Amino acid sequence: MDGWLGVLIMIGLGIGFAGVMVGLSLLLGPKNPTPEKLAPYECGMAAVGDARERHSVKFYLVAMIFLLFDIEVAFLYPWALALRDLGWPGFVQIVTFFLILLVGYVYVWRKGVLDWGPVSSRVRSQRPKAA
Amino acid sequence: MFNSAFDAIVPLLCVTLAALASMSAEAFRGKGERMPIGGLGIVGLAGAAVSCVLLWNRNTSSFGVIVADNFGLFVTMTLIIVGLLTIMFSSQVLDLHDLPRGEYYTLVLFAIAGMIMMATANDLLVLFIALEIMSLAVYVLTGIRRDDQRSSEAAFKYFLLGAFSSAFFLYGIAFTYGVTGSTRLDRVGTFLAAQSMADNPLLLVALGLLLVGFAFKISAVPFHMWTPDAYEGAPAIVTGFMSTGVKAAAFAAFARVFLSAFEPFSADWAPVVWVIAAATMILGTVVGVAQSNLKRMLAYSSIAHGGYLLVGLVAANQVGKAAILFYLLAYAVTNLAAFGVIAMLGARDRANDELRDYAGLWQSHPALAALMTVCLLSLGGIPPTVGFIGKWYIFSAAVGSGYYGLAIIGVLTSVISVFFYLRVVVMMYMAERDGAPALPRVGAVGMTALAIAIFAIFYLGILPTAVLDLAAASISTIF
Amino acid sequence: MPETLVFYLLAALAIGASAMVIGQRNPMYSVMMLIASFGALAALYIQLDAPFVAVAQIIIYAGAIMVLFLFVVMLLNAPQEDRAEWDRSHPLRQPGVTRFGTLMALLLVIELTWALTGPGRAVESGAAPVSSVREVGRVLFTDYMFAFEATSILILVAMLGAVLLARREGEQP
Repeated sequence: MDGWLGVLIMIGLGIGFAGVMVGLSLLLGPKNPTPEKLAPYECGMAAVGDARERHSVKFYLVAMIFLLFDIEVAFLYPWALALRDLGWPGFVQIVTFFLILLVGYVYVWRKGVLDWGPVSSRVRSQRPKAA
Repeated sequence: MFNSAFDAIVPLLCVTLAALASMSAEAFRGKGERMPIGGLGIVGLAGAAVSCVLLWNRNTSSFGVIVADNFGLFVTMTLIIVGLLTIMFSSQVLDLHDLPRGEYYTLVLFAIAGMIMMATANDLLVLFIALEIMSLAVYVLTGIRRDDQRSSEAAFKYFLLGAFSSAFFLYGIAFTYGVTGSTRLDRVGTFLAAQSMADNPLLLVALGLLLVGFAFKISAVPFHMWTPDAYEGAPAIVTGFMSTGVKAAAFAAFARVFLSAFEPFSADWAPVVWVIAAATMILGTVVGVAQSNLKRMLAYSSIAHGGYLLVGLVAANQVGKAAILFYLLAYAVTNLAAFGVIAMLGARDRANDELRDYAGLWQSHPALAALMTVCLLSLGGIPPTVGFIGKWYIFSAAVGSGYYGLAIIGVLTSVISVFFYLRVVVMMYMAERDGAPALPRVGAVGMTALAIAIFAIFYLGILPTAVLDLAAASISTIF
Repeated sequence: MPETLVFYLLAALAIGASAMVIGQRNPMYSVMMLIASFGALAALYIQLDAPFVAVAQIIIYAGAIMVLFLFVVMLLNAPQEDRAEWDRSHPLRQPGVTRFGTLMALLLVIELTWALTGPGRAVESGAAPVSSVREVGRVLFTDYMFAFEATSILILVAMLGAVLLARREGEQP
């Protein structure tokens, strides 16, 4: 339980800073709303349509792959901290773990899941076929 | 032979490496190029089979969490047979529906690796990871036909309920660890032997949660709800794979956990399993009679067979434990062959899995009709097939332990079940084929696999002694 | 007893936020409430002296899994959960079924309360308490070595399954 005070202070600072900024602008800022000011900000353009559009399944796929590699990386923290106690056996284990997942990475790469947009897929199809 | 810490995981390693190799091969496969990825799987499974034979009677263990005792090796062999037959049946089906071959074989191999891990795990945590590896692979296999709405729906239902049951199972593991301070089955067993249930109600909770998790995987009543939908919607060959492989692996783990670690509390769980077994046999049979879809009918038949296996678990005497192993093998070969026939008769636009699609099969496919008849008679438990021997041993084990009620229910439901198996046979031989489109031809690889399965059904049915002795030798190592 | 007070505060936050997750009609708000619930749980783990679990809870659950949830909500594009008509006619939405489910959940709560407060709850467990991240690492790479390696296979299967099922139609090479 010790040593978490810093984290608590940091969280407090974060919330406090955001609260103070929003609060100050509420209190001190001049209020002169026009319809244009109340509209959602879209890079200065007039808003087109609803923001709730159906997203491509590609986003989901990338999020899923990110999640899986995130879990993989989470295992690195305890390994890094126990590095000296574990020695070479620990190193061999983490390398095995990563080599197995490397197969997944190569698969994902080769299947074009990481390709984005029509340009890269056109380049892919023009490439000579792997033997 | 040299001894090392890795001995016990060699079968597992063979299958896993084959799976990794096929995944890499699929990754580097060019567009439209054909690779013998199925052959890669067969090589891996054959390697695993050889290592099983070499490990027999040596009782090795690796890292304390994987034990290659004879019990685990017997189930591993059964799973390897399931894997080999599945790969042989699949080739034709994959071509027919244009399924992704590399991914399909990779998933089958990963699922088998998970199953082998389940059958040999001596640690609840490893058991859970193995269960998840197997389940994830099978969920994806269930939904692999993305152009088929039924397949996707089946995968979705199976996945949701499966994830729910996994949570129960994990919760049970957590409570077991909380009470006993270990996830290793041998340490849990030692701890529990010195306890009584009255001392610790938490153990009762742990026991109940683990039971729910296992009951779901073996689709025992009342946790069978997903089975008919998942089995009907999945491609027929995947249904065959999961109704045999998943059931065998889950039963092996069930038996290992409940007959070794939780053995001291058998007086507490046996009555519950008694009720589940009776309900499973009755519901599977009675509802099965009313089905008109062959896959759905076999799904209910698979539920009923799970009930018979539970009878062996309740009886828990020497005969019963050996009978579970023998029955698992018998059921695996027979059921997989039956689903193999259904899978290979499927056409591109028609599943051909309704009962009436089989009318007059005898005229167009005489050999296939005969093979299917043998499978169905074996499932019904009619001599001289292996199904009869399996049921005989299960029921005699129940009588031996004084569970006359269960034995009577088992025999009665078996008799009723013969009715719906025979209905298919009557359809194949007596009915006329009226206007339905012709059924496709069956390829040579599939026919070879069927012939092997039929040979096994008759061989084990007529000369079962050798394998029964092996099964009896298997249980001596752990229980 | 400030620690006990903090515990009850965090527990109330976790339970309240979880209740809001299923009570909300707008799935986006449900996801936000879930983040609050995860955050409270992470703080509870810190109280239990399990910093690794707490940090993993933030990184994996509140981070990665929430992103996934948000994408799924955006993918399904259902601003109001109960607009779909199947929702009301669905067999699981009938009052009898709902009541049965509630009854089972209540039974589980009662059973757990009984078991946890009953006799024999103070069992000395054989496991030594593992607290620091370094200690977690040591145990993970020695006692649970095999389970750790098996996890990589599990992640690999999940990856393969996700790519296989989520790839767009007609994209098969």
